Amino acid sequence: MAELLQSISGGLGQGSIYALLALGFVIIYKATRVISFAQPALMLAGAVLVSYLVGAVGFYAAVVLGVVGAALLGLGIERTVVRPMVGKPVFVVAIITLGIDIALRVVVNGFIGNDVRQVGDPWGFARISVLGVAVQERHIATFVTTALVITVLFAFFKYSRLGLAMRAAAFDQETALAQGMSVGTVFALSWAIAGGLAAVAGTFVATGAGLDQQLWIIALKALPAIILGGLDSLGGAVVGGLTIGVVESLVATYQSDFAPWLGQNFAVVSPYVVMMLVLLVKPYGLFGTREVERV
Amino acid sequence: MTETSTRFKSRTKRPSGRPELYTSYSQHLRMLNTRPKFVSVTAIVAVAALLPWVFDDQTLSLLGLGLAASIGAIGLNLVTGYAGQVSLGHAFFLAIGAYTAAALSGDPEDNELIGFGVTNVVVWLLAAGLVAAFFGVIVAPLATRLRGLYLAIVTLGLVFIGEHIFKEWPELTGGPGVGRPGPVPELFGVGLNTPGDFLTAEQKLYLLMLVTLIIFALLARNLVRSKVGRAFAAIRDRDIAAEVIGVNLTRYKVLAFAVSSFFAGVAGALLYTITGFIEPSSFNLLLSVQYIAMVLIGGVATISGSILGAMFITLIPALTRQLPNVAPFISGDATKAFNVFQLETVLYGLLIIGFLIFEPRGLFGIWIRIRNYWKAWPFTY
Repeated sequence: MAELLQSISGGLGQGSIYALLALGFVIIYKATRVISFAQPALMLAGAVLVSYLVGAVGFYAAVVLGVVGAALLGLGIERTVVRPMVGKPVFVVAIITLGIDIALRVVVNGFIGNDVRQVGDPWGFARISVLGVAVQERHIATFVTTALVITVLFAFFKYSRLGLAMRAAAFDQETALAQGMSVGTVFALSWAIAGGLAAVAGTFVATGAGLDQQLWIIALKALPAIILGGLDSLGGAVVGGLTIGVVESLVATYQSDFAPWLGQNFAVVSPYVVMMLVLLVKPYGLFGTREVERV
Repeated sequence: MTETSTRFKSRTKRPSGRPELYTSYSQHLRMLNTRPKFVSVTAIVAVAALLPWVFDDQTLSLLGLGLAASIGAIGLNLVTGYAGQVSLGHAFFLAIGAYTAAALSGDPEDNELIGFGVTNVVVWLLAAGLVAAFFGVIVAPLATRLRGLYLAIVTLGLVFIGEHIFKEWPELTGGPGVGRPGPVPELFGVGLNTPGDFLTAEQKLYLLMLVTLIIFALLARNLVRSKVGRAFAAIRDRDIAAEVIGVNLTRYKVLAFAVSSFFAGVAGALLYTITGFIEPSSFNLLLSVQYIAMVLIGGVATISGSILGAMFITLIPALTRQLPNVAPFISGDATKAFNVFQLETVLYGLLIIGFLIFEPRGLFGIWIRIRNYWKAWPFTY
C-alpha cells in the first residue's frame, strides 16, 4: 500500500509537469489550430536560463526571469516564423515548429554542454512524510506550483479582458476580429504563455537530478496527455497530464513484477501506448470537441 | 532520334507544325509525355549508370545511400505529399524493413542473433517491403479514424514505441550500443557487398541501388498517374469532398499507408547493406524528420523532387564535414562546442523552415521557375 501511494505521489508530481506542458500545447492549439512541436526547445531554454541565473539572483528570482525569457522566446518565434504563415495549412506550420525545435535545441544544448547542469532548487531528493507516506518534496512543490499556475491561468481566461479576447478568438476568429479584438495579439500572447509554462515545467523537470540534453523527450510526453484530454480542452490537458504521469509512475513501479517481458524502461513509452489505446476508442480524446461531419 | 520521333508522333495524329500539342487526355497522362522529358530522363539514367566508373568508392557509397534514401523519400511523399496524411513515423517503417532483411539474410549459425541465411537480395527486399507494409496496414485503422495533427502525434508515438522495442529485443537487433550486421546482398550466387573480378563492392551496391530506385520510381510514378493517385490527391485536398465523389476513404488511406511503408521497408533494407551495420537507437525522431525534410526540400507531391531532396539531405553531411578546413571556428570533433554535427542538425531545421516559407514547392519548384524563365526568354515579362 505504501508503495502504491508513493508511486502515485511521484506520478502526480511528474504529471503536474506534463499538465503544464500540455496546457502550453492546448493554448497554442486553441488560438492558432497548430500543434507547436517547439515546446521541447522552449522547455529546455527556460531551464537553461534558470540554471545560468540561479548563481546570481537565487532560485526563485531565476525561475521568474527564466519564465520571462522563455515567454519572450516564444513571442519571438511567433513573430518571426509563425506569423508569416497565417492562413497556410496547419500541417505546414506544425512542421515549421518542428524545424524550430530541432534548430533551437542544438543552440540550447550548446549551453547545456556535455555535463549535467543544476538549477539550484532548494529541494533535491529530500523526502517528507505525508500521512505516513514518504513523498519527495520536489513533487509536492511541483504539484502546488502547478495548481497555483492553473488557478491563475483559468482566472485570467475567465475574468480578464484579454482572457475573454483569447476565448473569443479561439471560438471564432473572424467574429472576434469583427468585434475589434486583435487576433494577432492573441496569437502572440498564446505563444508567450506557452513559453512561460514550458519554462516552469523545464525547471521542475530539472529539479533533483539536474538538467541534461536528453530531457527534451519529457516535453513530448505532454503530447499523449493532450491527446488523452482532447486537443482543445484546457481542463482535459490538466486531467490528461496528471493521468499520464500516474500511469507512467505505476508502470515503472509494477511492470517489472507483472509483465517483465515488456522490457526495461517500458514506463518511458507507456504514455504513447495509453494514447494509442484511447484513440482507438475515442478519436477526439476524453474532453475534446467532436468534429461532426456528414456526407 | 527517328525512333523517339515516331514514339511521340505516331500514336495520335498531331496538327502539323505543333509537335508538342496534346490532342488527347491519354497523351497528357503518358509517363514521359514530352520529348524533352523523355530525352532528359534517358540522359540522366544513362549518366547515373556510368557514374561507377567515374567516381571513387567512397563517393559511390555516399551516392548509393542517397539513391536508397530516395526510395524511402518517395514512400513518404506518397502518403504525406500525395495522400496528405502527415506521418512522423517513417523511421519506424525503415527500421522494420532493415531488421526484416537483416534477420532473413543473417547467419543461421549465429547463436545470439536471429538469422535465416536467405541472402538472395530479391527475396529479402520483397520480404522487407511486405513486412513493413503489413505494419503500415496495422497502423492504418488509427489513420482512417484520425485526421491531420492527431495522426502526426500518433505516428510520432510509433517512433518512440518502435525505438523501445528495438532496444529491448537483443535477439533481433543486438541491443543498444551493440547493433547487428546489415543485410547480406547476394544475387544468383554473386555477393554484392564483396569485391568481385570486374567490380568493387561499392560499384555493385551502387548499381543495385540505382536499379531498385528506377523500378520503384517507375512504380510510384505509375501509381500517382492512375485512378489511385487521383484518389490520393482528392483525399489530400478535401477528404469530405473526396468521399462525396465516391472515393472510399478507408480503403485508399490504408492503401496509402501500405504502399508508403512498403517503400520505406525496401529503403531501410537497402540503406543498411551499404553501411553494413544497424544500431537500434538510430531509428529515432531525427531520422523521421530527415525524411520529412527530404520531401519538403525536394518538393511535395513530386517523384523527381523526392529523389532530389533525398540526394540533397544525404550529401549535406559530406559537405559540412569539409567545413572545418575552410572555417576554423567550426570543429570536426563531436565533443567540441560548435561542431559539424550540430551544424548539420541546425541546417535540417533551418532548411525545413526556409523552404516552407520561401519556396513551398521545394527544389522542384526552383527547377520549374528556372524552366519557365528560359521558356519565355528573352521575353521574360
